[in-house]
Amino acid sequence: MGNLIVDGKRTDGRGLLDLRPLKLEAGTIKNAAGSSYIEHGKNKIYVAVYGPKDSHRYGTSMEKAVIRCRYHMSPFSTDERKSPAPSRREIEISKVIRDALESSLILDEFPKTLLDIYVEVLQSDGGSRSASITAASVALADAGIPMKDLVEAVAVGKVDGTLVVDLSDKEDKEGEVDLPIAFLLNENMITLLQMDGKMTVEEFKEAVNMAKEAAMKIKEKQKEALGKKYFEKVDEK
Amino acid sequence: MMPKKGPIISNLRKDQILKSLSEGRHIDGRDLTSQRPLEITPGIIEKAEGSASVKLGGTHVIAGVKVEVDTPFPDTPSEGILIVNAEVLPTASEYQEPGPPDEDSIELARVVDRGIRESKMVDFSKLVIEPAKQVYTVFVDISVLSMDGNLFDASSYAAVAALMTSSFNVYRMEGDVPVKTEDKMAMPLADLAVSLTFAKIGGSLVIDPTWEEEGIMDARLTAVYDSDGRLCAMQKGGSGGLKIDDVFQVVDAGKAKYLDIRKKIVEAVENAKSGN
Repeated sequence: MGNLIVDGKRTDGRGLLDLRPLKLEAGTIKNAAGSSYIEHGKNKIYVAVYGPKDSHRYGTSMEKAVIRCRYHMSPFSTDERKSPAPSRREIEISKVIRDALESSLILDEFPKTLLDIYVEVLQSDGGSRSASITAASVALADAGIPMKDLVEAVAVGKVDGTLVVDLSDKEDKEGEVDLPIAFLLNENMITLLQMDGKMTVEEFKEAVNMAKEAAMKIKEKQKEALGKKYFEKVDEK
Repeated sequence: MMPKKGPIISNLRKDQILKSLSEGRHIDGRDLTSQRPLEITPGIIEKAEGSASVKLGGTHVIAGVKVEVDTPFPDTPSEGILIVNAEVLPTASEYQEPGPPDEDSIELARVVDRGIRESKMVDFSKLVIEPAKQVYTVFVDISVLSMDGNLFDASSYAAVAALMTSSFNVYRMEGDVPVKTEDKMAMPLADLAVSLTFAKIGGSLVIDPTWEEEGIMDARLTAVYDSDGRLCAMQKGGSGGLKIDDVFQVVDAGKAKYLDIRKKIVEAVENAKSGN
């Protein structure tokens, strides 16, 4: 502790409220109904959406499309090789990503169908679940799934006793608090919220407001990526 | 996608629950800020290093602690290890099949783990036999015997009470080999985690949802407080969203409530210890 913020600058040179470089692209996988690619910090993540597809499987609903989500890390995505079998962490993250996206979608138009969201983390850095949500929402929009708004996620946290936006891997591991949050901004809603580490209730509220500001910036990137596909690359598709 | 693991709530029953909530009462008659009756009984399993039974309304959870020795993780050579597992037993309801933990049980275990770990409740630096060689591994296994909603809080209280009443055999190194001695040491503790779960149902924000209420909730939010009322772990669940103001209301309501629960846990633990 005590060396992650020096003179108001973070270890990677960012200010307290700065996001890491973020690159988003829509329509990256040919066969998918919708797809995206995100680079956020060192995260490199592809998302493919398949469906809604008719299914008579056990577990479908007469009322709406049922979402399945798999968050998976490639074995080469981490410093130490990660076993390709799903870990408990990946199973939990798959679930919270699904929950984070579901409330943005209007699914009752597709009863008795499945909607699959596949998230493949090719390289992981701090905030991979947040980047996955940001990218998956773009892929869902690309697939034409009706939605109330895009969802964007960012991890805020406390580092050297100071609240900062968009934790790097180092800040996540060595900092005091990691607080990933996903927003449905035009409903003023939170669709994912997890926290570990200690902060006061007042700090927490401030952190949520900081995350919201960051989410607004990320939303612009999402709209840009979709705009680029649908208004500039139309002829290529 | 898992088929829904719970009773289907009829529209009539749903209307009853929502009407009751809109009048400021849970369907079981509680007001919206009251938990169901909470009964914490530590020390029910003699063969475990620590244990506790927790009944929260119709939910019944047992947590048992076992301590073993193992080599530490390479990145934390001077810290003991905590492993939390949870299983919803087929005894818990007609909807539960035997088998490996599903995503709900995994989430449950990980959220309980996070609360204990991030509250710094267990002092891992004191769970070392010889740095980089041998440390104590604390297994907390949670068995859900009966299901009636809010497994997060019931499991957390059970795990916390079990840890607080744990003591285990000390090991000493003889050369490179850890050897069990007859000396006992108590679980080294530095704090106490208190978990509080709220559900958003219709327009109401309620504490300690029942299973039926969970069946119709939009979302839930679990907040874990340390002894000073700081937040140390949180988890939102459910497929709906929560308004930002709801989230702020939850963290304030939790802060107003956590001392009550903390007192109940501490009393139960002290009673169990003085009874021995």
